[in-house]
Amino acid sequence: MFRKSPIIRWRSYGDRYKLHGHKCTKCGTTYFEKKGMCICGNLEFSEMDFSGEGKIISFTQIHSGPESFSEMAPYCVGIIELKEGAKITAQIVDCKYEDLKIGTEVEAVFRKFYKSGEKGIIHYGTKFIPKL
Amino acid sequence: MKIGVLGIGITKFGEIWDRGIRELLLDSQLRALNDAKLTPEQIDSIFTGNMCGDSLSGQLHIGAMASENLNLDKPSIRVEGACASGSIALRQGIAAIESGAANIVMVNGVEKMTDVSTDQVTTALMGAGDEELEGFNGLTFPGLYALLANAYMDKYDLTREVLAEVSVKNHYHGARNTYSQFKNELTIDDVINSTMVADPLTLMDCSPITDGAATIIIANESIAKKMNTEVYITGSALATDTLSLARRKSLLEISAGKMAAQNAYKQAKITPKEINFAEVHDCFSIAEIYAVEALGLAKQGEAGKLYKEKQTYFDAKTPINTSGGLKACGHPVGATGVKQAIEATMQLRGEAKERQVKNATIGVTHNVGGSGATAVIHVFKRMK
Repeated sequence: MFRKSPIIRWRSYGDRYKLHGHKCTKCGTTYFEKKGMCICGNLEFSEMDFSGEGKIISFTQIHSGPESFSEMAPYCVGIIELKEGAKITAQIVDCKYEDLKIGTEVEAVFRKFYKSGEKGIIHYGTKFIPKL
Repeated sequence: MKIGVLGIGITKFGEIWDRGIRELLLDSQLRALNDAKLTPEQIDSIFTGNMCGDSLSGQLHIGAMASENLNLDKPSIRVEGACASGSIALRQGIAAIESGAANIVMVNGVEKMTDVSTDQVTTALMGAGDEELEGFNGLTFPGLYALLANAYMDKYDLTREVLAEVSVKNHYHGARNTYSQFKNELTIDDVINSTMVADPLTLMDCSPITDGAATIIIANESIAKKMNTEVYITGSALATDTLSLARRKSLLEISAGKMAAQNAYKQAKITPKEINFAEVHDCFSIAEIYAVEALGLAKQGEAGKLYKEKQTYFDAKTPINTSGGLKACGHPVGATGVKQAIEATMQLRGEAKERQVKNATIGVTHNVGGSGATAVIHVFKRMK
């Protein structure tokens, strides 16, 4: 299916590999991955890099994953509020699920996501680990 | 707004291996025509809700199929808005009547889900979320609602046991519904101890994979009056929000549901206090808690109380999901919204038998697409 396509994620490599963001030139709201129109209506954004620091605002452990992810299960996914304000959905790794709490501080790491089929390319992106 | 419900038809919901999309759809279409005492030629236009025809059966173009099924050449389109597809189809049907483009409209919902593996269904359903922002991280639909559940349970006083009561009550109702997928009753322990899907949601917090079809035939007020129609739709509203949870203002409410409810109540000139029962979108147990609050049947953060006090059973103060809801009646995605309308009509006609709500005059349906990016509310009223 589409997750096997080698190019489907290519357009967002720039943002995903570097945790790159977009800041509204008018109201200053930050976004991970472009949002064409800011919530204030403005269409112009300046480029920025997120610090990678943030805290968990909710999280769960997934025991039954979709195609391309089922062999990883169980794995933890959370919504992280980055220091700069943007919220990002990401996996939280290298930790015991039981040790996590809403409010736990985390930091970004660069990790492998999944492979587009047997001979396909490997997709990478940002995951988070609890801050020591 | 006053749109008459002329007829309803529904297949049994469940794992229906001997029928595909076409046969399921034809079954509910014929039942509704029979119930309305109409012939196919009397239908002016057809709207059919369907989410996964392409991804699970390789079948798009369900609009033409619905028309072909009845040997018609009338306007007929498929409507898609994830799990809210059925209610959106109903809303489009109402719009067609209100615009004067049609007098009598057939609204269908159909989904065939059991031909493929659970992995494939999980992937297809995740299309209702944000593929780039959520799907790419391995999020699933149970995962999205688990994120809501954990945020809600961290903030408000909702225990795991009370959350399980949602499924217990829905199975109690499902056991009293002839067309439901599951007839077995559950205990709180059954729910808590079943297989973990996405913490804290277990298999018994999740709606199942279901085949099924539902059809409702509606008409303008003058035709409905001539046909001695008892049940009318007096409010129909839809609202939207961001596709991804992370971009919402709050994880503690589904604001599209609230907004659609307020607009539908305004059209129907009712307040939440006048509602006798509601069919709501319990794709996961926690979703029913959010639904009850969106409808104004409980204050923000307090819906759990209704469940703790067992107030949501058909013979209690605030009956919710007398059909068994998505959990026990089953969730053939595109058909669910139309099923809710059928259950509301059955209740108002007094045809719900073992699960009949007494003296019901006003019922509400609440259908959600995705994790709350679309919400559709309809108000039903008995006029006799």
